[in-house]
Amino acid sequence: MNFVVCLKQVPDTSEVRIDPATNTLMREGVPSIINPYDAHGLEEAIRLKEKVGGKVTIVSMGPPQAKDALKKAMTYGADRAILLSDRAFGGSDSLATAYILSMALQKIHETEPIDVVFAGKEAIDGDTAQTGPGIAQRLGFPQLTYVIKVRELTETTITVERKTESGRQVVQAQLPALLTVEKELNDLRYATLPNMMNAATYEPEVWDVNSLPFDTKQMGLKGSPTSVSRIFAPPGRSGGEIMDAMNDPSGVAATVVQKIFQQNIIMVSPLAKGGKR
Amino acid sequence: MTVAVDKTKCIGCGACVVECPVEALDLIDGLAVVDPKKCEDHGKCALVCPTNALAVVKKPSKPSDELNEEAGSKFNLKDPLPESVKDYAQDNNNKTIRSQVTPVAGGDVWSGVWVIIEYTNGKVAPVSWELLGEGRKLADAIGCGLSGVITGYQVENVIPEAFAYGAEKVYVIDHPILKDYRSEPYAEAITGLVKKYQPEIILMGATSMGRDVFPAIATKLQTGLTADCTVLGIDPETKLLQQTRPAFGGNIMATILCRTSRPQMATVRPRVMAMPERVDGRVGELIQEEFTLEEENFRTKILEFISSDARSAFLDKAEIIVAVGLGIAAKRNMVIAEELAEVLGGTIAGTRGAVEAGWLTHDQQVGQSGVTVRPKVYIAIGISGAIQHLVGMETSDFIIAINNDPEAAILKVANYGIVGDLFQVVPALTAEFKKRLQHGVAN
Repeated sequence: MNFVVCLKQVPDTSEVRIDPATNTLMREGVPSIINPYDAHGLEEAIRLKEKVGGKVTIVSMGPPQAKDALKKAMTYGADRAILLSDRAFGGSDSLATAYILSMALQKIHETEPIDVVFAGKEAIDGDTAQTGPGIAQRLGFPQLTYVIKVRELTETTITVERKTESGRQVVQAQLPALLTVEKELNDLRYATLPNMMNAATYEPEVWDVNSLPFDTKQMGLKGSPTSVSRIFAPPGRSGGEIMDAMNDPSGVAATVVQKIFQQNIIMVSPLAKGGKR
Repeated sequence: MTVAVDKTKCIGCGACVVECPVEALDLIDGLAVVDPKKCEDHGKCALVCPTNALAVVKKPSKPSDELNEEAGSKFNLKDPLPESVKDYAQDNNNKTIRSQVTPVAGGDVWSGVWVIIEYTNGKVAPVSWELLGEGRKLADAIGCGLSGVITGYQVENVIPEAFAYGAEKVYVIDHPILKDYRSEPYAEAITGLVKKYQPEIILMGATSMGRDVFPAIATKLQTGLTADCTVLGIDPETKLLQQTRPAFGGNIMATILCRTSRPQMATVRPRVMAMPERVDGRVGELIQEEFTLEEENFRTKILEFISSDARSAFLDKAEIIVAVGLGIAAKRNMVIAEELAEVLGGTIAGTRGAVEAGWLTHDQQVGQSGVTVRPKVYIAIGISGAIQHLVGMETSDFIIAINNDPEAAILKVANYGIVGDLFQVVPALTAEFKKRLQHGVAN
């Protein structure tokens, strides 16, 4: 079976900081990593390949240096890596990004029909969770988001558990299908030495705007309906209030709770009638 | 005679590239770069730059009226093209500066604010009502109507609720195929309504359902979508929806506009907007639509639903978190935290130390090697505040920390730092919250 993994190289957002003086992102020295959720999608694709046979192709969009993420991904046992990289793609929002990636997947699908596409549930730099479903829509594949378990894969169907606020939904979809995955899906493997050696000499394919019959009006800044109009630092954490509760824990607790309700930090909602909460 | 880019300020948003009438700007490796051969010093880029990273080096030689900030939004397709954009427009017949063909906000074609009401397993997600409250403010600012949309099966008892929370109109599609939530039929149903009635703004909660169905709908409609907004507003000039959301793991806030397509779509984090007043007996217009698709049109089926403790799911989406550290000393003391979480409807989480001690599972771990959380309220019990933990929770809206060490690092990021014995303070807090919440639920 053919598995495709959509993978994004992202800055490690736990290392990103705002310069309080200039109010700008301090990006220097921030390492680039494989989006953590995408890594779990890759892991699942490789597990399924090991089980049923087939091929794992990684597709990414980004600047030329995103090749590093693809080479790293190859060390886990993928078979092919394609980087979509072109200045014309730059500045694309999630709608345009999904268009570009879906064109690449369509191209792969024509020669090697895809069975399952994996993507992370979201990227840690944008947190939008929109590109995966966008690709599924454009390809006409059913989308299964927030997947925490792949229960069964047959020739024609995939059955998964999806995470929702109220429980796990067990869904079966016809193939081909697109999954966006949570970290709970699996535990990541370590790269093996043979795969590391293969990856060391592997050169990802690079596709640009001329590689596919792109409609350039649907990509880049001009093809993106959304745009950023302002960036600012989140309201700073002002020095908090320290309260000594060594002598009078109940009194201090009462004061704190009173303040919390006065400032609407926690509000009270009436219990809804008829179980409709 | 060109525009200078301050690379330390440029965030690579691309606003300038879109704005430049002569295509002199481009994004290269995430930074704006000016082609001095093309640049004609219009300065529009400098005006739109959100971080003031661009500056026209020399005083523009052109008349100052070409720097009119509002020229774009006042542009009328019937007017002759301004000289500065003529060449550009001729070369690009189909992409005539998209920001200038924006559908008219508040006009006849795309009009009204819609809230998609999430109704699953017999329950309405409370964020739906919060959004009717917020939608009211937006509709008033634009001067348009506010509607609710209910898709599902046997939804008749939800309709009066939607009116009670402020919808003037309610659109309903009630069909057995929509009994359980599935992406495909829900996306089809809502997309059909949007195409027919053309609202200018549609909102939904940033829940697992909202974040699943909205991207599908936005793709079908080929329009912009902003996820996880925490602040919404209306630009008084253009009437555009200002959609503000955290990005880069909460390190920055970004305000997003959808200038070129309709509807403007946003999902909004639960419990951010205030719950509006519920007025029983309020009535409005009810519009019922048929659902014409058949089961064989859809390629997914629900085999089973396994209900779980809602509070253990989605730690990163939890709104109230009660977190424990090694200070609670033993697993049997977890009950202190659990009782507080129970009263608040909160989610239990903890530090790596608490996980390694076996009191919690790994998916409950907050911090660098666990989950990054951003709840409305984070209550840290017996947590010292190692940096690896702080990076996972310091963007929480409000932090309450209880620790017996006045030097604990957690107290420095807390809004309220309570120095005391957690075994006395936490039960006292639980009792106080219980008193206030006895007639309702925390929100």
